[in-house]
Formats: sequence, C-alpha cells, structure tokens
Amino acid sequence: MRKLLLYLIILSTGFIFVFRLFYLQVYDTSYATLSEDNAIKVIYDYPQRGDIYDRNGKLMVTNQPSYDVMVIPRELKPFDTIEFCKLLNIEKQKLVKNLKKAWAYSPRVPSVIIPQLTKNEYAYLQEKMRKFNGFFIQKRSLRNYHTDNAANVLGYIGEVNNAQIKKDPYYLSGDLIGIDGVEKQYENILRGEKGVKRIQKDRFNRDIGPYKGGRYDTLPVNGKDLTITLDAELQAYGQKLMANKRGGIVAIEPSTGEILALVTAPTYKPELLVGRKRSPNFTKLYYDTIAKPLFDRGLQGEYPPGSPFKTINALIGLQENVVNTEERIYCRLGYYYGSKGQKLGCHSHPTPLNMIPGIAHSCNAYFATVYRRAIEKYDTPQEGIDNWRRHVTSFGLGNYLGNDLPVGKKGNIPDAEDYNRAYEYPTYKWYATATISNAIGQGEVLATPIQLANMTAAIANKGFYFTPHILKAIDGQPIKEEQFTIPKQTTIDREHFDPVIEGMHQVYVMGTASHLKSPGINICGKTGTAENFTKIDGKKVQLTDHSVFIAFAPKENPQIALCVFVENGYYGARYAGRMATLMIEKHIKGEITRKDLENWVLSHSLEEEYAKPLSGKPFKINQ
Amino acid sequence: MPKSTLASIDWLTVLLFLLLVGFGWMNIYSASLEESNSFSIFDFTQVYSRQALFILLSVALIVITQAIEAKFYERFAGLIYIISLLSLLGLFVFGKTISGATSWYSFGSFSLQPSEFAKVATSLALAKFLSEMQTNIGLLKDQAKAFLIIALPALFIIPQPDPGSALVYAAFFFPLYREGLAAIYLIILFAAAFLFIATLIFNPIIVITTIAIVMIVILFKKRKQKPKIRYYLLSLIFVAGFCYSVNYIFNNVFEQRHRDRFNIVLGKEVDTKGIGYNTNQSEIAIGSGGWTGKGWKEGTQTKGGFVPEQHTDYIFSTVGEEWGFLGASLIVILFILLLLRILQLAERQKTIFSRVYGYSVAGILFTHFAINIGMVTGLLPTIGIPLPFFSYGGSGLWGFTLLLFIFIKLDANRVNEW
Repeated sequence: MRKLLLYLIILSTGFIFVFRLFYLQVYDTSYATLSEDNAIKVIYDYPQRGDIYDRNGKLMVTNQPSYDVMVIPRELKPFDTIEFCKLLNIEKQKLVKNLKKAWAYSPRVPSVIIPQLTKNEYAYLQEKMRKFNGFFIQKRSLRNYHTDNAANVLGYIGEVNNAQIKKDPYYLSGDLIGIDGVEKQYENILRGEKGVKRIQKDRFNRDIGPYKGGRYDTLPVNGKDLTITLDAELQAYGQKLMANKRGGIVAIEPSTGEILALVTAPTYKPELLVGRKRSPNFTKLYYDTIAKPLFDRGLQGEYPPGSPFKTINALIGLQENVVNTEERIYCRLGYYYGSKGQKLGCHSHPTPLNMIPGIAHSCNAYFATVYRRAIEKYDTPQEGIDNWRRHVTSFGLGNYLGNDLPVGKKGNIPDAEDYNRAYEYPTYKWYATATISNAIGQGEVLATPIQLANMTAAIANKGFYFTPHILKAIDGQPIKEEQFTIPKQTTIDREHFDPVIEGMHQVYVMGTASHLKSPGINICGKTGTAENFTKIDGKKVQLTDHSVFIAFAPKENPQIALCVFVENGYYGARYAGRMATLMIEKHIKGEITRKDLENWVLSHSLEEEYAKPLSGKPFKINQ
Repeated sequence: MPKSTLASIDWLTVLLFLLLVGFGWMNIYSASLEESNSFSIFDFTQVYSRQALFILLSVALIVITQAIEAKFYERFAGLIYIISLLSLLGLFVFGKTISGATSWYSFGSFSLQPSEFAKVATSLALAKFLSEMQTNIGLLKDQAKAFLIIALPALFIIPQPDPGSALVYAAFFFPLYREGLAAIYLIILFAAAFLFIATLIFNPIIVITTIAIVMIVILFKKRKQKPKIRYYLLSLIFVAGFCYSVNYIFNNVFEQRHRDRFNIVLGKEVDTKGIGYNTNQSEIAIGSGGWTGKGWKEGTQTKGGFVPEQHTDYIFSTVGEEWGFLGASLIVILFILLLLRILQLAERQKTIFSRVYGYSVAGILFTHFAINIGMVTGLLPTIGIPLPFFSYGGSGLWGFTLLLFIFIKLDANRVNEW
C-alpha cells in the first residue's frame, strides 16, 4: 500500500492533465477563435459592387465611395467626446448609444459607429482621426443611381442585420447587402468577394508583419456587372404615365419572357434609399400605409382580372370543343340562369354574336354560356372546375410564376375543393352556375399584373411562354438558366389561338378600344373593367371599377405583351387602354404619334378618386 | 569510469531526460524567437543560445556526477546540506534582486539560484537521516527531526520571497510516508486540503453543518457498536476551528493578490485582464492548438508574446499551441513515464539511502510537474515554479539534472552494494 500511493497519484494526475488538455484543445473550440481575435488582426478590402445596365447598355446603377467610422471598443481610450460629436455632427446620446451597442456586439471586432460619410465629410475628418484611439475609417462603396426610375426593380442595399450575419458568416457588422429587387436577388453575383489581409499582432496590439507570410491573404474579387432586361426609357415613360395614379404596368417580350418594363405607382426615387438618408426615408415610405409606395403592384397586387380573362375562357371553350367560332349566342343585356332567374348583367351591343365579335364587344352572356358548357361537359361540376383550372393554370395563373424578383403573389384560381368548402359539399350541392363569375374574370379569380402580362404573352406566342425574368446577362454573358430559356407549353392547341387573337384585334377595329388605334401598328388587346369593394366601418362598399387592359403588338410578330392595371380608373379603355397604346407606340415606334392620348393621360389624376373612401362622406362611384 | 558502471546506467531514464530537455529547448527557441533577429546560437543575449549553453554545461555536470564515487553522496550528505543552507542564508546579505525576489547570486551576466540546488541537498540529507540505523520514523522525536531537515531550507526560501519554491518541500512527504510515517498524517493533510477548498467555495457554516450531518448519519448507523460520541464531537470542534481560521486567514492575513489567485481558479471571479490575464492567455494559447497544433514556430499567441513568462514558467503553453493535443499529451506521458521509472528504480534499491533519495527525486519532480502544468492549464492558482527540464533557466536545469543523475549514479552502483 505504501508503495502504491505515489504511483496512483502520478497516474491520476497524468489522466487529469490529458483530459484537461483534451477539453481545452479539442472539445472546447472557442479558444481557437479567441486566439484569432487576440493575435491576428483581420483587414478587409471591399470589392466594387457590380454595375447594373439596362437592355440597351444604358448604365443605371454604379458605385460611389463612402466612409464608415468604425470602432474597436477595447482599444478605446478616453477622448474628447464633445469635439468628436462636433466633427461627426451627431448628438452625444447617439454616440453613447452606438458605443454601447458596439461593446455588446464584440469588444474586439470592429463595429460601425457612424455609417456612410460622404467624401467631403471624410476629408475633413481624416486629419483628426488619429487623436481618437480605437476609431478608424473603413472605406466602402455606396450605390450611385443614374436613373430616377425602377426603384422597385433595382432594389437597394443597406447594412446587414444580426440575423443575416448569423445565417451567412461572410457578412460582418457594417457590411452592405442587397435588400430588395435585383440587388437582393443577385446579391451573390453583384457583391464580389472581400479580400482578406491577416496581420500578426503582439500583445501591445502592434503589427509585427503578415500572418504566416500572407499565405492566407486574398485579393478582393470585384462584383460582376449585370445587364437587366428592362428598357430604361420604356420604364421611365411608364412611370411618367402612371404619375398621380395607382396601379402597375408590366411589359414582357413574348419571344423571350424578358421584362421590358415593370412599373408600379406610386413609387419613389432610388436615390432616396442611399447612405445616411436611407433610414429616415425608408421609415417615411414604410409608414405610408395608404399609398403603399414600397408595395410593388405589378408583382404583388392581386386583383380580379375582369374581361381580359375572357380570352382564356374562349380558348378553353375551343379546346374542350364546346363552342366553335361560328356559333352565335344571344345576349339579352345579360345572361339568365337558375330557377329563380338570376342574371349576370351585360352592356348594350349588337346581338347575337359569334366568337370574334363576342371578344371585341366583350359580351358577358357569350362567355357565361361558353364557360358553363365547359364545366358541364363533365359529369360533376367538381371535375368540370378542376379541368377548367388545369387549363387556366397552364398560363401561369394561380401560382407563383417563378420569376427572378424577390417578391410575388400567387393570385387565385379556385378549384373544386374551394367550392366544396364554401358550399359545404356534400351537405349542399353546387353547380356550374354557382361559379359563373369566373366566366368574366370576377368572383374568386385573382391575378397579379405580371401574371396577366405573361398570359398575354402566351396568347401572342400561340400557346407557350417563357417565365418572365429580369436578368439578361452577367458580365456580358447571356443567361442560360433553363428556367428562363426553355418555353412552357399551355394546354391549348395552337390553332385555337387564331380566332381569339383576331377577336383581340377586332377590339381595336370595332370593339371597346376602337378609338385607341395606333397608326401603322396592328394591336391586339382586351379591355377590362373590374368591380371591387372595400370595407368602410365594417360595411362592404363598392368602389370605382379598376381599369384593366391587356395587349400585344404587332399582331403579326409580337414584340411586346403587356398588362396595364389602374386602380379605380373606371372602364378599361379609359386609363389602362390609353396607356397600353402609348407604351406600345413607345416601344415599337420609339415615339408617340397619339399625342392626344398622351396629353389626356398626363393631365388626368386619380388622387381625388383615392381620397373618396377616406373622406368619411358618402361618395359616388364610376363617374 | 569503469565499464561495468557505464553498462549499469539506466539508459531509459537518460533517454527520457534527453527527450524532455531537447524538446524543451525547441519550445524555448520558438517562444523567444523574434521576427527581426536572425538566428545565431553564439549570440548569448538570446534566450535560446543561453539555454543551449546551459544544456551543454549540464552535460558536464552529468559526467561529473557519474565520475564521483557513489558513496561520496551518502558520506557528505550532511556537509552538502549545511553548505546549501549557508548559501540560502548568504542571499540575505549578497543576494541579487530580480523581479522582486532576492533569490540569486550574480556572476557577471549569469546568475545562480541556490534554492534550485537546496532540493538536492535536502534530499540527500533526508535520505541520510532516514537510513541511519537508530532512526525510527515511528517515533515522534525522529519525526520532528525529519520535519526540521525539510522545513529549514523552506523557511529560508519563503522570505526571499519565493513561496512557490518553498511549497515544493511538501514533496518530501512521499519518501517519509514510504518509510513508514503514520497514515494519519496523510489523512489529516488531505482532510485539511479538502476543508480549505470547501470553506473557500462555500462558507464555514455550510461546511460545518454538512460534516455534522454526515457524522450524525454515521453515528446513527453504528449505534449498535456504541461509538464514542465525544471523539466525534472533538473532531467536529477541530473542523469548525479549522474552517473558521481558514476563513479568517484568507480574509485577513492573505493579501488581495493571493485571494484573487484562489478566487479565479475556484471560479468565483472572472477576470481576464488583471490577475487572471496570465492564466487566461495561457488557456487561449493551449486551447487554440487543437488536435495537432499550429506547427513549430507558428504559434500566433507565442509569436505575439501574449503569454507572460512564456519561456520560463509558462513554456508548456507553447507546447500546447504549437504541437496541439497530441504534442502536449506526449509531454505529459513522457513525464509520467519518467516519474514511474524513477519510482520503479527506487523500489529496487538495496539501501534505504538510495530508496529515500529516489522517492525524493520522484516527489520533487512530480510536485513541480503537477503544480506547473496545473497552473498553465488553469486548474491550479498561479504558483510560479518551473517545469523540470523544460523551462528556461540555468539554475533550474542544473538543479534538476543533479537531482536526477545523482540518483542514476546511485542506481548504477546498486550492484556493488550488499
């Protein structure tokens, strides 16, 4: 026993030490990072963010230098706070607050104290910076916009938040990241790669040369330039037309799916969200809950499409072989159905009509008949609706389009399940007539303007579409993503499109848009007047109809397909139709021949209309 | 040197010694290397050059220890002990003060630290005393004499002040115990250490109450054997007295820096800048080594000089950082092997003198090893004593070399004993 004591103590000490070493060196990995913080200073070299060009090579977004005042809290020494605040033009409370935040983030890692100084502010400060230990200036680059338009498409950049830093270790406090639009969608391409320099420090925090001879240092890689599909001029013109109105214009090139213009109104100038101005301006835009300037109506606005949707029902009727182009259908100022003599109203027009003039005059009775037949062709209304839905969704309606912009909405195309639920099937039964509003694009049907523009492109292409997209080329190399380069087929056979297209052409010849012709261009279009409601003090109140228009041109060789949507603009040809003609002229001719239309649109405002439901007084609609 | 003696040297111990010294020098080289200076082994302002010189001189010492007749050590143990004590006393007159401690004699640019040699002298003296025919360690009188032999040098070292080096003299408990010191000393020692730590972590009342409850439980279970309750009461009173005096001494006699050192290890205080800086930096350096380390001369903490005293007391943190878990564990294993080998050799000695001396060597080396690595890895409070064969310093290296090689000589000579 006496011989064993020291043996045992020695052995157990050995075990304890090996365990302790294992804990320190292998199990607890935090020491490795502590040592990095301790002994190695990491300096980042920020790359140039990629520029953004429009489809014609016009520069839209580039960079300007900016300077952040950074702090490493543990290196702070007492300093003249009053002078410092004066230099930076900030309040002392704010400085104290930001310093506290920086301590909380990390005493060793730099945090931003004052972001994004301009060149002039920087020049003034640079001289005096050495007086303030622990502070230094980090050069970054800010966006510099060469356009006042397309803020909703381009998006903006801002400082990363803590959640983003946690998610992606590439980002450090104070780094900039794309927050919306193309900047967000293509952040990884635009940002490039930071360069890293590691510098070995001694315990006095002095640099003693590059860490491991610079073996781990990297050079910054500049971001790549993007060419987007937007036509800056068309975009600007669209925004000009939309001034004082609310709504969206989405224009697509049918042969490629490229988005030519994506207008939302009201909107804001992109430069409002640059640098130090961003925060107050963003707050202002964010809290404007009435006009909602940050809401992209072209991508996110879900509206009842109204009459343009009739083109799809015509195509389904032909495909399902429940109507031919010759059959004439009577309209007695509406469509009567059901045992109680319910009526789907219509306006006055020649009757009876076959398909082409039916489209041109937008006859509700015609499409109600066709729609009902398409549903009732099947044994049960459930089968009929689901089959109808299959056709409709093949045009990209009722679900996310899969475009390359970070926001979007599904819209709504109802299925049998929806109606079963609504009518409490099988307790109660429902029939095709219960869904008759779908015939004219009202009722449960909802679509976003970009979905309608895409649907129009599919009609122009006679049966297929390319998923709409905003990216055209990276560093001059055209994109190759199959998502955007392989066409998607609709369920409608090619030959059925000709009569529908002819009907849309007749809209301009003898129909609802005959006064909107553009000399020399055969336009095909369809007006829409969509009823809509709001709630005032809990009561459902009808508002002035939305003015909707879809069109493509030229008929023979479509170059542009678009959807114009003007909230509360009354009938389709009034606002949306005029704008559609003007956009088409602008794109195809490059100039405006219908100055009369242009003057009318530019001189009319809908602000009064938008004020009505907020006024608290009774008001009239559709004036 | 006769050929037979050379062959009977325990070469395994020598090999372990050489590995530790060689690896130690590599780490001292890395820890003291400065980026700007070019390597020159003959530039004796450089720490690594000086250590290389110390190693060479220690080889000369080894030759001398082996050349001397083994009987010399036993015969002159008393004289060596007295000279050693005088050299410690002489410090009070001629000593040179380096960083607050008057522990050195200065000869030009080199200094000698007599306390490093006093351990050898004390080991020899204790071995001599215990091996004498009339000594009986079971007797209180002889116990007192043995304690005096051990305590005298320690008492001279404490006021230098160098309490760390004095603490090492506790290592002599191991040979005493091996030679028959009653186990009650051991139990009291451990109980005292346990109570000391428990009192600091909790407080006297909690500790005393807990022990009282334990005693009551034991009494209750043994009630049929009619235990003598007054013994239990007496021990409880002793425990209470001890706890309160620890509490009193800690709060009123200790200086703040001592309190801080304990509080940091006990986790009662977190301080990474002031007193806890050394330990914290040392843990960071070791912890950042990972499995295999950053490579020789590649340690960022070592290069940056973040760990104070890294080439002396904290040399093991360089091992941890640059050689990782594998390297650091290897060193721990080498030390354990060396210590166990020494114990094994001690047990095969035929004379009490050699055996006691062997146990002293193992005890001293173990105490240094345990306290040093315990401190560097943050398990023990900061107690500044070197890691044998590893830490920079001539006196230390020579002291340990003498200590070990005198034993190797004694061991090699055992065949001539009968």
